Amino acid sequence: MKIKEYLKNNLIFLDGGMGTLLQVQGLKAGELPERWNVTHSEVITQIHKAYYDAGSNVVNTNTFGANSLKFSDEELEEIVKCAVQNAKNAKEQSVSAQEKWIALDIGPTGRMLKPYGDLDFEDAVKVFSKTVKLGVKYGVDLVFIETMNDSYETKAAVLAAKENCDFPVFVSNAYGEDGCLMTGANPKAMVAMLEGLGVDAIGVNCSFGPKKLAPVVEEYLKYSSIPVLLEPNAGLPKVVEGKTVYDVLPEEFSSDVSALIKKGVRIAGGCCGTTPDYIKALVEKTKGQVPVKIEKKNFSVISSYTHAVEFGYEPILIGERINPTGKKKFKEALKANDTDYILKEGVSQQERGVHILDVNVGLPEIDESKMLVSAVKELQAIIDLPLQIDTSNVFAMEKALRAYNGKAMVNSVNGKKESMEAVFPLVKKYGGLVVCLTLDEDGIPEKAEDRLEIAKKILEKAKEFGIDKKDLIFDPLALTISADKNAARETLKAVKLIKENLGAHTSLGVSNVSFGLPERDIINGNFFTLALFNGLSAGIINPYSNEIMKAYHTFLALNGFDDNFEKYIKFTEDLPKQTAVQGTAIAKKDSVEYQSELQKAIIKGLKEQANLITKELLLTEKPLDIVQNEIIPALNIVGVGFENKAVYLPQLLMSAEASKSAFERIKESMSGEKTANKCAFVIATVKGDIHDIGKNIVKLLLENYGFNVCDLGKDVSPEEVAQKTKELKAPIVGLSALMTTTVPAMEQTIKLLREKAPWCKIVVGGAVLNKEYADMIGADKYAKDAMETVRYAEEINNGL
Amino acid sequence: MIYPIYVKNYPAPDFNKKEILRYAGAKEDIIEINALIDECIKELDGKLNYKVCYVEYPVKILGDDVDLTFTSVRSKDLARNLKNCNDFILFAASVGIDIDRLIAKYNALSPTKALIFQAIGAERIESLCDLFNNEIKEKYKTVKPRFSAGYGDLPIEIQKDIFTALNCSKNIGVTLNESLLMSPSKSVTAIIGVAKDSNCTNEKVCAACKKPDCEFRRENEN
Repeated sequence: MKIKEYLKNNLIFLDGGMGTLLQVQGLKAGELPERWNVTHSEVITQIHKAYYDAGSNVVNTNTFGANSLKFSDEELEEIVKCAVQNAKNAKEQSVSAQEKWIALDIGPTGRMLKPYGDLDFEDAVKVFSKTVKLGVKYGVDLVFIETMNDSYETKAAVLAAKENCDFPVFVSNAYGEDGCLMTGANPKAMVAMLEGLGVDAIGVNCSFGPKKLAPVVEEYLKYSSIPVLLEPNAGLPKVVEGKTVYDVLPEEFSSDVSALIKKGVRIAGGCCGTTPDYIKALVEKTKGQVPVKIEKKNFSVISSYTHAVEFGYEPILIGERINPTGKKKFKEALKANDTDYILKEGVSQQERGVHILDVNVGLPEIDESKMLVSAVKELQAIIDLPLQIDTSNVFAMEKALRAYNGKAMVNSVNGKKESMEAVFPLVKKYGGLVVCLTLDEDGIPEKAEDRLEIAKKILEKAKEFGIDKKDLIFDPLALTISADKNAARETLKAVKLIKENLGAHTSLGVSNVSFGLPERDIINGNFFTLALFNGLSAGIINPYSNEIMKAYHTFLALNGFDDNFEKYIKFTEDLPKQTAVQGTAIAKKDSVEYQSELQKAIIKGLKEQANLITKELLLTEKPLDIVQNEIIPALNIVGVGFENKAVYLPQLLMSAEASKSAFERIKESMSGEKTANKCAFVIATVKGDIHDIGKNIVKLLLENYGFNVCDLGKDVSPEEVAQKTKELKAPIVGLSALMTTTVPAMEQTIKLLREKAPWCKIVVGGAVLNKEYADMIGADKYAKDAMETVRYAEEINNGL
Repeated sequence: MIYPIYVKNYPAPDFNKKEILRYAGAKEDIIEINALIDECIKELDGKLNYKVCYVEYPVKILGDDVDLTFTSVRSKDLARNLKNCNDFILFAASVGIDIDRLIAKYNALSPTKALIFQAIGAERIESLCDLFNNEIKEKYKTVKPRFSAGYGDLPIEIQKDIFTALNCSKNIGVTLNESLLMSPSKSVTAIIGVAKDSNCTNEKVCAACKKPDCEFRRENEN
């Protein structure tokens, strides 16, 4: 019988620990257990057999760490081949009567994915794919991905499995004491992501004994619509009389696990420290136990790499600001590939309280798929909010959904056949909650009833693709009232009709409604209130709009969503703040020891004050005069102070940030005129090195001093540095490395630069470098800190 | 003999602001920096996890050859460090990935705060190691200074063996990159020589180091 068929009406028993048993058989500390498939095949076979004999339905091949990062392709193939054969032999030799299958066991690569490690997501997919293909070649029954403690790596493994075989895929994660994965995901987020990816069973293994894992398992049972699996450790290890023992014995283990089976766990086995005795006890303990029926849950959720966001309870706010439409500065930032702009928008929207960030980077002049993937990756590196991938470019949509660490919101599909046939397969493959616009080949119907009909049509089509209603959210389209005075009324009616007739969720892009009218915020806020009272589940909104936020907080307060009105009170407290800051900037005027207020603000590193004072000064003084007479002298005071060790690094940086903020004010007022630009300076952290604080400090100071800095980031290849230097004809290149192991990469970069851009001067810095080292690898200059780099750059610039 | 690997979670150690200032490159207390450190500590708000995994192995030393049970290495400096020890503790410690996320976030928003978080991260992981060290000191009369890969003539490549032996990725979520960097970045691995008796002297860490121009060198260590 196929395992998926069997699972419908039966419990499935897995095997137990392997590593601990191999140590007993003589596996040495530091020795790779996967090699034993080849060298000690009889030992492995007997362990598998002992598990089958104990009643396991599934044994996992001894391939936990069998991947191409640890083994050469030849050795990997030999290992998987022998591992599968060992399991097959055990299956044949065991005479016990239960159904038996063999799972290809896949553990983590042992490397962290980018951006916090150095393994690219797609490379991880490739690594797992190699192992999966070998499993297919040598004949297993299912793929068992286990002990994963990072959501992103889990996703890479699942994609590799789904793309390279038709076997059932079981996925098990390892949770920490805080009930989250090492990289932050909680069980609800993992359920959302893994169900979205279409795996066949999900659950938990390793970490602790069954009692301590119970709360995590219960979360899985609460949210999962697919079978839940559990493989706890035999508690914790300790040494008794020179022997390692685990503190949960088979009797306790089996009764704890069986209690969780009664709550709904369908697939159970053991992890570290468990032996065939544990499995035997478990099988006996659960004899005659009827499996709990798996209920289909109806949660509409999306997830980030830490948490899930659920629709249908409190209204959800989706921040609309990462979208270039009507934003000149954002368009420029996109063209210049400046992702910092996007990050800043993301962070400040999060601070304003949105739950999800819409990400739209569509501009005709740029490569949208490349930019969208880069925006998604950068945002998910530092912001834990789920993202809404917003694009009409299906190619870009797929790339972004693939790179996303979680289950994304997808914006959007509509009732056109072409749109549904393009978008639904992506949602099916990668998971997602998809925004469905109620328009079709005939456009947007005027009447709410007709929009409901389109919604029905979309719902039907989604079903054909195997996508549930819970993963659809309908947007009945907020049209501009200045074009049609009845537009808002019909939209509100449609929100209500869809909710009442289909029992489905709705969202609206709120801001459209007021287009062309003065004081749009007032209309938007009130329209949002009305929509919420008509049952709207989510709004794509501008979180900087006080009227919108007032509408939201009022709704929460009036609908019993705000216990003790804590959210409302906090919101009102934050309201007047914006005006207060301005007051303090003007209030303090003691310029005894400073030349001026602006100089004081810069020297003391007061970012907001520097900005506000500059704004005031601009009313009376010329922009360039402010730069010459105020900012540059202040910077010099701090710079010299730093060189004389009277000013410390954090102060230098605070001043640099303050002057940058003053500069930004000045730039705005100059509209296009150039602010005393010096030459181009290409800067990068070299290949293999992911430290960039030092590099960023140098960059900030160089910008302050007027250099045109081109920052290539961290882990940058020699080719990329050379290419950019050539392209910009840059006279100076700055390279940073923090590790002894990455200095060779610096040397290679210098060599290539000498060849491709022989005119440029190269300055190097970083913790492991010194003058001798810099000379040895052929740099022109070793700079011990940021100021020294600035001085050197000025020297070169003046000589041009 | 099986050497079990233990995994421990610790509560947050107390913050040592003097150390944070030192790591940030400020040699004295300055109001503005202090305020910024407080702000950053507040933002940290329970985001870090303090984890250690460790194993105790016997050690045999023959000249400069050190048999560390999980691997063997030739290192004069390590041999000297472990002199007269029968056993050593091999450990890995980490404060988790969230400090890296904060550093990355402020790299985009405010380099000053990135620097402060960097300094806090350094202080956090050192404080965690000290906490762990203190526990060891309660159990053994002799506890040698922490000795890490890359110290003296101990090759950094030994990190690969350390990671295999401790299974750091599985046990505390620390991984080793191709260039032998650890992720999360605020992680430490080290060897601590121990003995039940007190017949070997406790060396001082900075005094034993050959980089006298190090800006973090402590003159009065104990």
